[in-house]
Amino acid sequence: MKHWTTWVAASFIAAALAPAQAADISGAGATFPYPIYAKWADAYKKETGNGLNYQSIGSGGGIKQIKAKTVTFGASDAPLSGKDLDESGLAQFPMVMGGIVPVVNLDGIAPGSLVIDGPTLAKIFMGEIKTWDDAALKKLNPSAKLPSQAIVVVHRSDGSGTTYNFAYYLADVSPEWKTKVGFNTSVEWPVGIGAKGNEGVANNVANTKGSVGYVEYAYALQNKLTYTKMINKAGKTVAPTAEAFQAAAANADWKSQPGYGVILANQPGENSWPMTAATWILVYKKPADAAATGEALKFFTWAYAKGGKMAQELDYVPMPAKVVTDIEKYWASEIKDANGKPLTN
Amino acid sequence: MSVTLNRGQVLRRLRLGDIAFKHITRTAAIFVLVLLSAVILALIDGSVLAFRTFGFSFLWEEQWNPVTEKFGALAPIYGTIVTSFIAMLIAVPVGLLIAVFLTELCPMWLRRPIGIAIELLAGIPSIIYGIWGLFIFAPFLQQTLQPFLISVFGDIPVLSTLFAGPPYGIGVLTAGLILAIMVLPFVASISRDVFDAVPPVLKEAAYGLGCTTWEVVRHVVLPFTRVGVIGGVMLGLGRALGETMAVTFVIGNAHRISGSILAPGTTISATIANEFTEAVGALYTSSLIALGLILFVITFTVLAIARYMLMRLERQLGN
Repeated sequence: MKHWTTWVAASFIAAALAPAQAADISGAGATFPYPIYAKWADAYKKETGNGLNYQSIGSGGGIKQIKAKTVTFGASDAPLSGKDLDESGLAQFPMVMGGIVPVVNLDGIAPGSLVIDGPTLAKIFMGEIKTWDDAALKKLNPSAKLPSQAIVVVHRSDGSGTTYNFAYYLADVSPEWKTKVGFNTSVEWPVGIGAKGNEGVANNVANTKGSVGYVEYAYALQNKLTYTKMINKAGKTVAPTAEAFQAAAANADWKSQPGYGVILANQPGENSWPMTAATWILVYKKPADAAATGEALKFFTWAYAKGGKMAQELDYVPMPAKVVTDIEKYWASEIKDANGKPLTN
Repeated sequence: MSVTLNRGQVLRRLRLGDIAFKHITRTAAIFVLVLLSAVILALIDGSVLAFRTFGFSFLWEEQWNPVTEKFGALAPIYGTIVTSFIAMLIAVPVGLLIAVFLTELCPMWLRRPIGIAIELLAGIPSIIYGIWGLFIFAPFLQQTLQPFLISVFGDIPVLSTLFAGPPYGIGVLTAGLILAIMVLPFVASISRDVFDAVPPVLKEAAYGLGCTTWEVVRHVVLPFTRVGVIGGVMLGLGRALGETMAVTFVIGNAHRISGSILAPGTTISATIANEFTEAVGALYTSSLIALGLILFVITFTVLAIARYMLMRLERQLGN
């Protein structure tokens, strides 16, 4: 039944797409990195003539499509486990990073002037801290004028990698969050209203006095929202900047997880932003179409080498050079064609 | 000789054409049946895992937790029914009033503009309603209607729970109001069409007896057109139950059942639209498909009840 329907759907899609995009690299998955993948694809096409067809259908969809082998690579905001990677024969590596920032809507509070720490943020999102003049917030912000206004929590309604990383961080700093809520691409929110997409959360926070939400850094900047500072694992107050995101990536122990599946939340280091997030690429270690995977890896090599500036323009954070060197070694040793020859030099 | 031969050939060709045409039309009709059963089978096939895991308690459990993979459909079912109820509560009377005005009272020159406006309202894609609802309508409600409702009903026992604050702007009531706007054109334009079909002689006779416009509408037009009006209402209800994008934008998407209609909630279709793309794991996906099956059953039941009511009405009229 399932196979039958999949086949029919697949053949329709193949018939529709095949002639136009025969030479393009095909990928599907996460929506969070879509803007930068699109920008890279555009520049890469101008430089090499090779196109990229990336469908931003969501991480779950990307994982399903790569497992069904309908695309050359999948993209996911949540890393697959080592067991899952082994079972499916997939290689996994991080492509680009971003930062998640808490945003608030409070009269008289300027961007970057409010300080929040992880446990307090968890309590707000659990509904335990109900007003802005709560003792915990006052203690963190002795000089700020906090109103006795009710806190309106705004969260993502759609499943997303942003939620995965945000909830992972809260679970890491708050045992109560870990047992009561946990982390996934969507969770059972104890309080608050759900809005669709980063733009939905940004819009709801902008419209609702006394609200707090979490968005990708770029959305906080573009919508001129009041982002907060955070207290990181080292106990230092940090502002959300590209340097702080990169510090988190540089201090992370990337090799501790199979397929570089390290969640960048709550990393050590004095300058590390606690809610940094990476997004991953999935390709087969022994792809059926080795030539297509080879083309995809060429594109990723190019993006690591030349895509950094473009990423920063869109408020993403490029992978640190040291990690990229490791990833390219990993490709050479793991991703091979049918004869066991590495696909990259 | 040659003439009769030609005639025979032509007749045979025409007969062949007729047979072919009959088969083509029949295939097209059967195709719909096949399609419908394929959809039902696919939904049942997809939701087996969820029903096997949770049993029928899936229908009345409120919890929806993707982390622990405990799923229950009560909150989306509740949201779907409540938003549709609010929508019908507003759209049916307003739609009927519009239809009465257009057929009985409206000056000729105004009929076409209003009629066209209603049809255009029906043609607006739901995503536009969603965007408009989120950016303009919800902030407007947050500043006007919602604080008003909270303060007016604040001291009245049951209503104070129904309209308990804070005013988020978005929520179950906002979703119901958007749905009301969306189904209004269905109710209004179908009612207008069936009101137009009332034989003038009946109405004129009633007017001749000295009836007021209200009496003509109440005792002549409505009884005569009951079947059609109910059909229009059911069509609108069908749209309200299944509407996805506009509702997703304004309902607040919280898997909770709240006593207040100002609080955020969720509907079946909004839940599916929100979570399907990132639903990792067989049980999660299966639970979402099971929600789809439940929506299918609800819509089917509504249509079946409508059909049954129409049949009974027709039989009564026949007697």
